[in-house]
Amino acid sequence: MSTETVERPIAEGMPEAAPPPETIRLKPTGGFGRVLSPRELWRYRDLAFQIAARDVTVRYRQTALGAVWAILQPVGFMVVFSLFFGRVAGVSSDGLPYALFSLAALVPWTYFANTLLLGSESLVANSSLVAKIYFPRIFMPAGVLAAGFLDLGISLVILFAIVLIYGFVPSVAVLFLPVLVLIMVAAGLGVTAGLSAVNVRYRDVRYVIPFAIQMWLFATPIAYPSSLISEPWRTLSAVNPMVGVVEGFRWATLGTGDAPWELIGVSAISALVLLIAGLAYFDRVERSFADFI
Amino acid sequence: MSAVAIETKGLGKSYELGLSRRGYGTLRESMVEAAKGSLGRLTGRHRKRSEGDTLWALRDLSLTIERGEVVGLIGHNGAGKSTLLKILSRIVEPTAGWADVTGRTGSLLEVGTGFHPELTGRENIFLNGAILGMRRAEIRQRFDEIVAFAEIERFLDTPVKRYSSGMSVRLAFAVAAHLEPEILLVDEVLAVGDAAFQRKSLGKMNEVAEAGRTVIFVSHNLAILQALCQRGVLLERGRMVADAPVGEAIDGYLRTLERAAGGDLLERTDRDSRAYDESLISRVEVRDAEGGLADTVVAGRAAKIVVEVTEVLPMMECRLTILNTLGHPVATLDSEVPAPVDVRDSSLGPRIECDIDALPLLPGRYRIDVLLKGKRQIQDGLQAAAFFDVEPGVLADRPTPISGADGDVVLPHSWRLPS
Repeated sequence: MSTETVERPIAEGMPEAAPPPETIRLKPTGGFGRVLSPRELWRYRDLAFQIAARDVTVRYRQTALGAVWAILQPVGFMVVFSLFFGRVAGVSSDGLPYALFSLAALVPWTYFANTLLLGSESLVANSSLVAKIYFPRIFMPAGVLAAGFLDLGISLVILFAIVLIYGFVPSVAVLFLPVLVLIMVAAGLGVTAGLSAVNVRYRDVRYVIPFAIQMWLFATPIAYPSSLISEPWRTLSAVNPMVGVVEGFRWATLGTGDAPWELIGVSAISALVLLIAGLAYFDRVERSFADFI
Repeated sequence: MSAVAIETKGLGKSYELGLSRRGYGTLRESMVEAAKGSLGRLTGRHRKRSEGDTLWALRDLSLTIERGEVVGLIGHNGAGKSTLLKILSRIVEPTAGWADVTGRTGSLLEVGTGFHPELTGRENIFLNGAILGMRRAEIRQRFDEIVAFAEIERFLDTPVKRYSSGMSVRLAFAVAAHLEPEILLVDEVLAVGDAAFQRKSLGKMNEVAEAGRTVIFVSHNLAILQALCQRGVLLERGRMVADAPVGEAIDGYLRTLERAAGGDLLERTDRDSRAYDESLISRVEVRDAEGGLADTVVAGRAAKIVVEVTEVLPMMECRLTILNTLGHPVATLDSEVPAPVDVRDSSLGPRIECDIDALPLLPGRYRIDVLLKGKRQIQDGLQAAAFFDVEPGVLADRPTPISGADGDVVLPHSWRLPS
């Protein structure tokens, strides 16, 4: 719905203190420009905060292990990967201890995979809200990404603890982590926004996502180093934004090796494209969510 | 001071039929549809989507509501009342025309939307307040008032899942009632809680209305509308048919109800949306058991309500709600609550009969809402399926009061008086 403001003469005798109420014109719209309206997002900022807070509180209250899950998932994968890929298959880990090598990649991956899974369901899971209340719908997938930060933070702390235990000292490259997280969030928001919107129309998405996440896991150099791939395919593989994020995380947290600038660069561009495409699609179909959900 | 709060011009909302029943589809259905479409074009048998495939839930509505007006929306199920509220509260987008809304809008389309069972009462107040459009500071400011109104002080830090249903409804309403928008849209939310709380809610709504806020009400309870609103807008099949002082609009609505009950019930489209439609209500009649005019019964005498249906299904059940002229329910007769006197008779044919020994109703006009069940599913539902008049009579040897009596029912009773 468009939110153009129509000037309307204010009745005389209005107390001056009260700001003139604004008029919103509701009419059929086409094209873009709903979801990316900063004015709307700002107006509903309290709701955004409440939704993210709710997601965090509920998750930690409902699960017996609470914060432990944030650690258990990446560490569990680390153990399994170390055994099968590190020991049995003898996959190269660029000279690093395999456990550390995989954990540094699993920490961002766990955030990405979990938010993808929850985020793509977020609109459908909150269908009663979507059908009954107006708010910028983007808050639903975006709230999932925001709520995931707590888990990501906890698992990062564990990662650094293990890094130190192994005797590695993070270099100044660690300052680059926020940029990598930003790339990951941009890609994640683009993909989850797009998928959550498709999910409103086609519930097939729910069945595709878990499968797609597993495929994506193996398409990303988590259990293996990207150095196994020969150029130019290695650089090209970074159109999967998680390639740049994961290799970047290894470099930034372990403080060894050369910065994978070409991977990070390609992934950043790819994440930006995904973000724009996802939000643009979301924006187009947002107006009809309540008709279909 | 007079300023326009809401102005609409040619406002309309249409739905593609076929999608209306179940909104979402699957990818496969869409692919099959697309394939059919192109195949149809190839073979020249492609059917163009015509106007007939489109349902206008609301059509060509032009309306101006001044600031401070309290307006009641009246109409059958599916007349477009909820669609209008949904457009004004920005949940759905109109398909045609426009609406200008001036001022902050709050909508109460369903009490308790967005409550989360795992969160405590305190957390839910903040979440629900934000959902309804309140700023955090505002909620904090009114927090004590909300808690006191809901009467849940002792359970503030208990998760809402442990609340009784009465408590959570009270809390939800309390949050909503303390929302102070310039325009308030209310859809059938006053019928919650026990009688005392309902009275309190109604009082709160009255306060809101008198505080000079613009309010649009939807309710099937015409007495509430009459008490709260000055102006009534009557909608019928998506179109506005009357915009008048609320009393006139209600009269108009009652006339359309009677017209609908008088016609062929099978042709009515305002049926229960949850229904399975395997068996439909075709005719409803109220008779004095001792003969006499159809749809006229005498207080204190035996009456029979007959519901004719199109199909006999296994495990048929029927619920009749008798309402007074203002839409206030007077009694519910429900076959799902069994009694030894009930009979299942295979020779009865496609009809359901309900016998009342001595009709305990005051003289006046009443209507019946019918809900039909079969195979453990709702099969059909019709509001105002029949009207009937109660004539003065005698109940338990006492004549019914002819005029001046309050209420709707007469009770068989006796007195002991000093002499």
